[in-house]
Amino acid sequence: MPAVSKGDGMRGLAVFISDIRNCKSKEAEIKRINKELANIRSKFKGDKALDGYSKKKYVCKLLFIFLLGHDIDFGHMEAVNLLSSNKYTEKQIGYLFISVLVNSNSELIRLINNAIKNDLSSRNPTFMCLALHCIANVGSREMAEAFAGEIPRILVAGDTMDSVKQSAALCLLRLYKASPDLVLMGEWTSRVVHLLNDQHMGVVTAAISLITCLSQKNPDEFKTCVSLAVSRLSRIVSSASTDLQDYTYYFVPAPWLSCKLLRLLQCYPPPEDGAVKGRLVECLETILNKAQEPPKSKKVQHSNAKNAILFEAISLIIHYDSEPNLLVRACNQLGQFLQHRETNLRYLALESMCTLASSEFSHEAVKTHIETVINALKTERDVSVRQRAADLLYAMCDRSNAKQIVAEMLSYLETADYSIREEMVLKVAILAEKYAVDYSWYVDTILNLIRIAGDYVSEEVWYRVIQIVINRDDVQGYAAKTVFEALQAPACHENMVKVGGYILGEFGNLIAGDPRSSPLVQFNLLHSKFHLCSVPTRALLLSAYIKFINLFPETKATIQEVLRSDSQIRNSDVELQQRAVEYLKLSSIASTDVLATVLEEMPPFPERESSILAKLKKKKGPGVVPVSELEDGKREGGELNGGGDRGPDSAMSSTPSPSADLLGLRSAAPVSAAAPSAGSLLVDVFSESGAGGPAAAVNDDGFLRFVCKNNGVLFENQLLQIGIKSEYRQNLGELPGFSASAVPPLSVPSGLGDGDLNVQTKPVEPLVEGGAQVQQVLNIECITDFSEAPQLNIKFRYGGALQNITLKLPVTINKFFQPTEMAATDFFQRWKQLSQPQQEAQKIFKANHGMDTEVLKAKLLGLGTALLENVDPNPENYVCAGVVQTKSQQVGVLLRLEPNAQAQMYRLTLRSSKDTVSKRLCDLLAEQF
Amino acid sequence: MRFMLLFSRQGKLRLQKWYVPLGDQEKRRLGRELVQTILGRKAKMCSFLEWRDLKVVYKRYASLYFCCAIEEQDNELITLEVIHRYVELLDKYFGSVCELDIIFNFEKAYFILDEFLLGGEAQETSKKSVLKAIEQADQLTSTCYQQASPRITSPTCYEHA
Repeated sequence: MPAVSKGDGMRGLAVFISDIRNCKSKEAEIKRINKELANIRSKFKGDKALDGYSKKKYVCKLLFIFLLGHDIDFGHMEAVNLLSSNKYTEKQIGYLFISVLVNSNSELIRLINNAIKNDLSSRNPTFMCLALHCIANVGSREMAEAFAGEIPRILVAGDTMDSVKQSAALCLLRLYKASPDLVLMGEWTSRVVHLLNDQHMGVVTAAISLITCLSQKNPDEFKTCVSLAVSRLSRIVSSASTDLQDYTYYFVPAPWLSCKLLRLLQCYPPPEDGAVKGRLVECLETILNKAQEPPKSKKVQHSNAKNAILFEAISLIIHYDSEPNLLVRACNQLGQFLQHRETNLRYLALESMCTLASSEFSHEAVKTHIETVINALKTERDVSVRQRAADLLYAMCDRSNAKQIVAEMLSYLETADYSIREEMVLKVAILAEKYAVDYSWYVDTILNLIRIAGDYVSEEVWYRVIQIVINRDDVQGYAAKTVFEALQAPACHENMVKVGGYILGEFGNLIAGDPRSSPLVQFNLLHSKFHLCSVPTRALLLSAYIKFINLFPETKATIQEVLRSDSQIRNSDVELQQRAVEYLKLSSIASTDVLATVLEEMPPFPERESSILAKLKKKKGPGVVPVSELEDGKREGGELNGGGDRGPDSAMSSTPSPSADLLGLRSAAPVSAAAPSAGSLLVDVFSESGAGGPAAAVNDDGFLRFVCKNNGVLFENQLLQIGIKSEYRQNLGELPGFSASAVPPLSVPSGLGDGDLNVQTKPVEPLVEGGAQVQQVLNIECITDFSEAPQLNIKFRYGGALQNITLKLPVTINKFFQPTEMAATDFFQRWKQLSQPQQEAQKIFKANHGMDTEVLKAKLLGLGTALLENVDPNPENYVCAGVVQTKSQQVGVLLRLEPNAQAQMYRLTLRSSKDTVSKRLCDLLAEQF
Repeated sequence: MRFMLLFSRQGKLRLQKWYVPLGDQEKRRLGRELVQTILGRKAKMCSFLEWRDLKVVYKRYASLYFCCAIEEQDNELITLEVIHRYVELLDKYFGSVCELDIIFNFEKAYFILDEFLLGGEAQETSKKSVLKAIEQADQLTSTCYQQASPRITSPTCYEHA
């Protein structure tokens, strides 16, 4: 006997459902359904006077059949008829059918909209709610066209029942998401925002979802919601657990509303009003405090609701990224959760810490949990949790822990789930490249990667290792030796053969002195793998062989023999055949000189973005890889294949850490070299935060702040803000993120004055909407060294008035530095070579900022040079080296900075092969310390 | 929230609510694949997973799985409690709810859900208010078809497994 419900049971429906459940096979079920469909069809067609109840019952059966996964192509009209029934349950079933099985039949839509219109104007709250639910469930454009004008009115009308308001708010949200152009809040905006103050908690709960969505799109129009949200949150947070009656959930007051309030606040920067901000910080502290209190209930619902609020609060703290105290507390709280017995909490803590790791305030605090996270990667039983642990390790990796993290990730790869191997491989490859200090470690890591997870090593990864080996002559011998050893393994991955073939073909000579890896041994080793490989790998090996003939004339006969064999020269694959024929001919007729020229060592690869990084970004989609954090490391890893005499081909641009002090605009200081600078550096956030000066109409030399950093806000006034993002490679600079976000519409034609720089701009849109951002990319080529920064002249119209802003672009000679690593002996040798008086520039000046070691190091790294350790006999001193790359020449620069902590003075000495460069750098740098 | 699915341990869909516009084919495919993914997970595993580009939160109650696909910025823990509150509502309405109640009274399950969540967002989180709305609707109904029926499963079936 089937179960029959409360309310109104439909016996026929229950019997039908029962029958379906009793069907022994899929065929029997289909047969029963077809029988029912035929029956319903005949009822709908035949008996015109079908009563409401029967109609409802049949429509309900059709719905059931549809939900089982069968197609339904009739019954829509009967459902629409039910909409105009004055019996509530019939109407309700009609609406349900329409909601689930909406049909784009235009005639039908018109009828449905008519019925909805009637119910909306019925003033019967139950009917109104039904109609609103239907609109929200369907959410089509036609419905938005018909009702988007009416619903805001219902939402804010004084006499609307609370339940109707709730439905209206969420109905509007759905329409807005589907057709934002049709939902115009305009005059209703302020009344909608004030729903946050509504007495009815349910109304607030529903309305806040709408307000949050609207705020994301139009933050300025809705910004009054911030203070309302803060006071509402404050009232909830400070209320006793029973104050809110039915809105208290397992002793937690209004958890849904609290989460939504915290989410809404994440659409905005921290409140400017001190009182509001104070109140909010108090709320956040209370929430953090409550996490330490003993639970009021042992039920998981209690802890879930409480922790839901806690995690949302932590998200807000991370979003603000401005309260070091709260950030560290958040990090400690998450640290506790990392060891919690609830898997869910461990998962969320790992996830949340990932975002925390990219904040400069909490990066170090996150790093202290490294052992726990590594343990999670090893011991968590759930792959989704392990995945989170791997993500976090990736996010918390920096130079100090890279070796440990890469080693752990490599060992995890041996047993990792197949689903995440490819991504893990990419991450290991990126970290290894980013933080490599010695290349042998990098080569070892990548070869291990191929050994452990060869199938998941994509082309990008092995291309990359070859690029780096080619571009770095100090690692070539090691690479040849290591790959030779790796190839000894009886079964080695084809990717290893590719890397091996390429590297031995280029640099096999570097290990040929050892009889264990003599030319013939090398060749035989490679050739022993040949027959197991795919066509592209064989083609690569053939090229390696011809290179061998050039490197080692003694192998010529053996290799020609191989090339001449039928399996090569008559190979059915055109590519292989052609290579065999050509290489054989080449080796036979060309003289040694010609051969040496044709088969010369590969030139360094041109610089470009690391292809593996691009791949990871593509794989994870934008935003998933914390790009800023990735770029952050580039400077540190910059020496990997940057620098050197050979013309570096770094794929890594010199982008130092993005500044946290984006808005700390300083008042202008004189340019004259000896004057103390008011410029602040990114590292000074702690000592100088809050000291922001007034915005000037001309930035004059605000650009001094950019000497040691590449990103930040260059200029800001009431009309527009200009941010700079820049990347430099050798003598080329790109400012791709030159962006202006403006309040009013304005037009931006800009002109640039330049001297020894070749500056090219790309055109921008002539009209900028208020609040919008435009980007203008400036490409800069440094022709020769220069002292004067180029000027950016921005002219635009605002409200009819012509505005004119002239800015100095923060392009300084040091931007074209390539760092050069060198040992102490090299340094002093070069130092002595540059001993003519005009080659040296020196200044002694008073410290303008703190003399903290880490801060100084960060600045010197930001400068673009390599900071050399263990060179100066006095460990207090700093020594740097770099090459200024200009189109006309390269200028080697050596720098020495001697702090005198007692006197709070510095002595700065620069030596370079060009007097103007020494002088200019000395002037620029004297302002920075 | 993007959608909510209820399905049995055998993988049969018992309720599906979509808050984003998708074609019927797409819904069926997504539903089928997600159900398989979740059924393949072990009991003590985490309630959250990243699946394709979705964040999925699920929980099993007796023979039924409740599963929500949520937006990137949505809160996982509160979603677990959305599920729980819905279960409580069903439980209160049917009186110790079991899978069969939802099969035979699927339309009621949809009505209750619409009172609780609308457009994928919490509309009314008070249990009393939601149930009052549903009870009121039932009052408008003639009761002539109502009849008592024996409980098919033991009352203990509502308990999270």
